[in-house]
Amino acid sequence: MAQTVNRTGVLIEIENHQVKETSLGVLTAAAGQEIYALVPLDDASGLKEKLAEYGVDHIVSIKGVEDDKISPDLLARILVTAVKEYGLDALLGTAGAAGKDLFARIGAILDEPLLSDCVQVDIPGKKAVKSHFSGKTFATLRVTGILFLCTVRPNAIEAVTAPAEGQLMTFESDAQDPGWMKIVELKKESGGKRDLIEAPIVISGGRALKTARNFEMLDACADKLGGAVGASRAAVDAGYAPHTIQVGQTGKTVSPRLYIACGISGAVQHFAGMKTSKVIVAINEDKDAPIFSKCDYGIVGNIFDVVPALTQKL
Amino acid sequence: MKIFVCVKHVPDTANNITVAGEDAYDDSDVKFIINPYDEYALEEAVSIVEEKGGEVVVIVVGKDAASTTIRSALAMGVDRAIHIKTDSQFLDSSLTAKALKAAMDEDGFGDLIFTGKGSVDTEGFQTPYRLAHALGVPVVNDVSDVSLEDDRVRVTSEIGCGAKQVVEMNSPCVIGVTKGLNEPRYPKVMQVMKAKKKEIKEIVLSDLGIDVDEGKIFMEKLVLVPERSGAKLLEGSVDDQVTELVRVLKEDEKVL
Repeated sequence: MAQTVNRTGVLIEIENHQVKETSLGVLTAAAGQEIYALVPLDDASGLKEKLAEYGVDHIVSIKGVEDDKISPDLLARILVTAVKEYGLDALLGTAGAAGKDLFARIGAILDEPLLSDCVQVDIPGKKAVKSHFSGKTFATLRVTGILFLCTVRPNAIEAVTAPAEGQLMTFESDAQDPGWMKIVELKKESGGKRDLIEAPIVISGGRALKTARNFEMLDACADKLGGAVGASRAAVDAGYAPHTIQVGQTGKTVSPRLYIACGISGAVQHFAGMKTSKVIVAINEDKDAPIFSKCDYGIVGNIFDVVPALTQKL
Repeated sequence: MKIFVCVKHVPDTANNITVAGEDAYDDSDVKFIINPYDEYALEEAVSIVEEKGGEVVVIVVGKDAASTTIRSALAMGVDRAIHIKTDSQFLDSSLTAKALKAAMDEDGFGDLIFTGKGSVDTEGFQTPYRLAHALGVPVVNDVSDVSLEDDRVRVTSEIGCGAKQVVEMNSPCVIGVTKGLNEPRYPKVMQVMKAKKKEIKEIVLSDLGIDVDEGKIFMEKLVLVPERSGAKLLEGSVDDQVTELVRVLKEDEKVL
């Protein structure tokens, strides 16, 4: 008996007119299914080659959603109509700030279970593996809803090419905005920075950085690495870094391919926010810091010597 | 003004977790606390009522043991509590939301509803949304600033890359909050004593018409995230160490 193929929608995220790398990983999570890429652009034809290369059977341009102040209530309702239009069995997205919000709205509207921030996905089995207890454990959860809803942790699933046809189509929804909320302002003060959750490489600083100014040393290194800067809770509480870049409990969970911890001792809560990174490197003056017992590579040394030297070598 | 705050009783994240059997954890030695994000929700609600008058009602869905979390919330200045009793720390946020809504319907109209942005145990980050949908009101999650003007609510929430959005909505609404909003207070001894006398209304989940068997999420397996065995320390001068690190990351690990 042939295995059942599920009609699987993947919400594609766009950055600078290109498909985000993280969305390609979500397409790989849906490999083997009949994939509908839902693209929030009036005309997605420019993305045909890329999407087809990563296994998309149908490329759906969703009309009328390019406004960056579109109400999330409206966007969720539009996607619900797309699910119905194409008879989708599953809908997957990226577990970044936008995807988590949107999928929670869709789950609420349809009263369907949502598995968020997953690191492994089994669409036919309606199962996924996700973080539990603040990153300390992985839970395998099975759901029984009609629509399988799931967001995938950025970088957790490596994108693999799987050429498909990538047939273009357009979708126009008749969904209405309930008019409950209005986005009145977008504040992009730190604009142009890489998103911490989605970055393939993260370099983080702890209390040993001593001042907010010294975080510029990490910025310089992150620029060379093509990565983002994170901070420990101690550094955030001391006022050296904004809460938006805190890694660990009450901050963000990241899963980059390389995590470099600078002057971070390695509290349980911090590890919980980065332990699924592929490679972890620690730089710390204290050779007995707990972080050295739980990472891959360590340099015992002064961060103010080591980090600039590293930046120069890159 | 009446403000509901929805709070969860969760294992302290400073603890390590012990897995028991295939799909459960051993909570016998585990200290439980107020879900850390919910502390910001409690602080915000209490300070709004201190300024504008009214009452703060905390609602907790959880086991008998959650009464410690309820007392902690009352000590922070909450006026009274509703404890919806369950047999288990259930997973399904849809049922949690239905229970919260039913309790609110029974208790009467609330002007604002605060929650934490998510819980640190199940990490589903959806209860605020499901509750808002059940109530038919707007919701914004991940909120780090709140201002009120009559029945207009203005909140700031994070949207990725460190960028934020300012959203306006009408009350009643659900606001899921995060760190940065305020500094939660530490209750003084007097407040802890006073909290012991405050009202806790207990409701059994099934009395609200919620059937746990209607849950749609099942845990099949729970495992610890594997620990690494310890760092390979790089040796030599700073220059040697850094040169070797870059080589290893490029050639052996292929992550650069």
